[in-house]
Amino acid sequence: MSATRTLVSPAALARPRGKAIYWTVFTTVVLLFALAFLFPVYWMVTGALKSPDEIAQTPPSLVPKQWHLSGYTDAWDLMQLPEHLWNTVVQAAGAWAFQIVFCTAAAYALSKLKPAFGKVILGGILATLMVPAQALVVPKYLTVADLPFIHTSLLNDPLAIWLPAVANAFNLYLLKRFFDQLPRDVLEAAEMDGAGKLRTLWSIVLPMSRPVLGVVSIFALVAVWQDFLWPLMVFSDTGKQPISVALVQLSQNIQLTVLIAAMVIASIPMVALFLVFQRHIIAGISAGSTKG
Amino acid sequence: MTKTAERRPIGKVAVRPVQAPPPAGDRRRRRLADQVRAYGFLLGGLICFALFSWYPAIRAVVIAFQKYTPGSPPEWVGTANFTRVWHDPEFSAAWRNTLTFTLLALLIGFAIPFVMALVLNELRHAKAFFRVVVYLPVMIPPVVSALLWKWFYDPGAGLANEALRFVHLPTSNWSNGADTALISLVIVATWANMGGTVLIYLAALQSIPGELYEAAELDGASLLQRIRHVTIPQTRFVILMLMLLQIIATMQIFTEPFVITGGGPENATVTVLYLIYKYAFLYNDFGGACALSVMLLVLLGAFSAVYLRLTRSGEEAA
Repeated sequence: MSATRTLVSPAALARPRGKAIYWTVFTTVVLLFALAFLFPVYWMVTGALKSPDEIAQTPPSLVPKQWHLSGYTDAWDLMQLPEHLWNTVVQAAGAWAFQIVFCTAAAYALSKLKPAFGKVILGGILATLMVPAQALVVPKYLTVADLPFIHTSLLNDPLAIWLPAVANAFNLYLLKRFFDQLPRDVLEAAEMDGAGKLRTLWSIVLPMSRPVLGVVSIFALVAVWQDFLWPLMVFSDTGKQPISVALVQLSQNIQLTVLIAAMVIASIPMVALFLVFQRHIIAGISAGSTKG
Repeated sequence: MTKTAERRPIGKVAVRPVQAPPPAGDRRRRRLADQVRAYGFLLGGLICFALFSWYPAIRAVVIAFQKYTPGSPPEWVGTANFTRVWHDPEFSAAWRNTLTFTLLALLIGFAIPFVMALVLNELRHAKAFFRVVVYLPVMIPPVVSALLWKWFYDPGAGLANEALRFVHLPTSNWSNGADTALISLVIVATWANMGGTVLIYLAALQSIPGELYEAAELDGASLLQRIRHVTIPQTRFVILMLMLLQIIATMQIFTEPFVITGGGPENATVTVLYLIYKYAFLYNDFGGACALSVMLLVLLGAFSAVYLRLTRSGEEAA
């Protein structure tokens, strides 16, 4: 509870009338938040526990009369959820690894190794921030379907997620700006001691960059897990599809309770990640605003 | 370029006076080795940017003027793609819907988080709870939120009509009615994405110096006057930035219309990105898809340029 002064003065809040208004507003906001954000989630989790008859009845029951776990088990088996979840994990983990390796290396080079035309390259990378990613999906798809020079198709291959993920100007810029702030003399001391560039990056720069690596990792994982249009385009093979695409493809002809159970299961990993790292994630978003 | 390159080794020598300046040929060789090493680090990232960012951007413009079918050599067709797309009845519907959507998302999707952040900033209890709860929908995969709301909007046992009946209001067709479909999607997008806006705006509110409010209060400013003359001017930059981000994001909307309405009813929710998808994957008309992409790109690029300019000037000021 910080003592910083906000819109309403502490003196006004201390008065009996102020106190009454404060607690009324507080209760209203708690109820409103619960209704708007928690209730839909509750409705989803319990909806999947209802029987097919109960979920179709009007008015609906607030609490399932009987708990049917069959919605969840059917979703797991009938919709091949383990396969699609595994696909998603592979795609997200690979995209993360590729980004960490290549974006970190490139950001380090741009920040500390002074490559010729470094400014031009950085400009070209930052310019991609101006080009909204979704507007370029079709030419990007054509590129992935027939890579220039080597004429290979990456369609239905996780590489179609991994490699384009590296072209993430936002994350690269985040890393580069962090590396810019690292004290020069520490790196030079390491070099005087005979450490090569790779050694310096690995044992000096990366350990000092844990906070920014954490932020980039979360962004990378969440982006792949939440993406829909791109995997919809590149994975026509049902067996390779991530959970987001599979859910939509299967939603047409599956029982409602089973679909809802699958939706709950698909949400668990990201919600769990959020609840575990909420402090860092929220701090990261809030800090992003002031830093621009 | 050459100026800095020449100055660098001299600076290095000055820092380390112990080392004798190496002979000229040796120095050049070392500089080349440094460059090779630097590009070794850069290479992976550079290739990916070239392949998946720069090349597609150029290609979008090229294919927009071609008849392009994968597998056969492209033909130049001038502006035929643009005129064909332009005369498609879905074209005007898509742009109208996208712009209406963006406008509504600004009105609803911006006003609500704005007021919410203002109120949250005044609350002294359960701060962490509010932040977690408001951001929770953002972490739910967009496909899941879309499917969830599709179920809520169900004309039969949907929760949305059930809620209306509960408070004795007439029921609505929601996403299934031609005139309510678009606003229904705006509600979904707002619900799913407002957490980020609230958190960012909240952070901006906390940076307002308290003395300003104190001074305004001493001058007899009421609550609304303090919002108007202190809060809004103090956070003007963040408000503008968030608005532009919102515009850029909603103009690229795809998941909600694709999953919830399939562009219907009667094209009421076809968006530009949805139309691009249809041209490429339903009509197999990549030239038309790229012509549309270029149009979207130009418009969004203009917004992005304004955004980047703002953030950069904001950074310099800070």
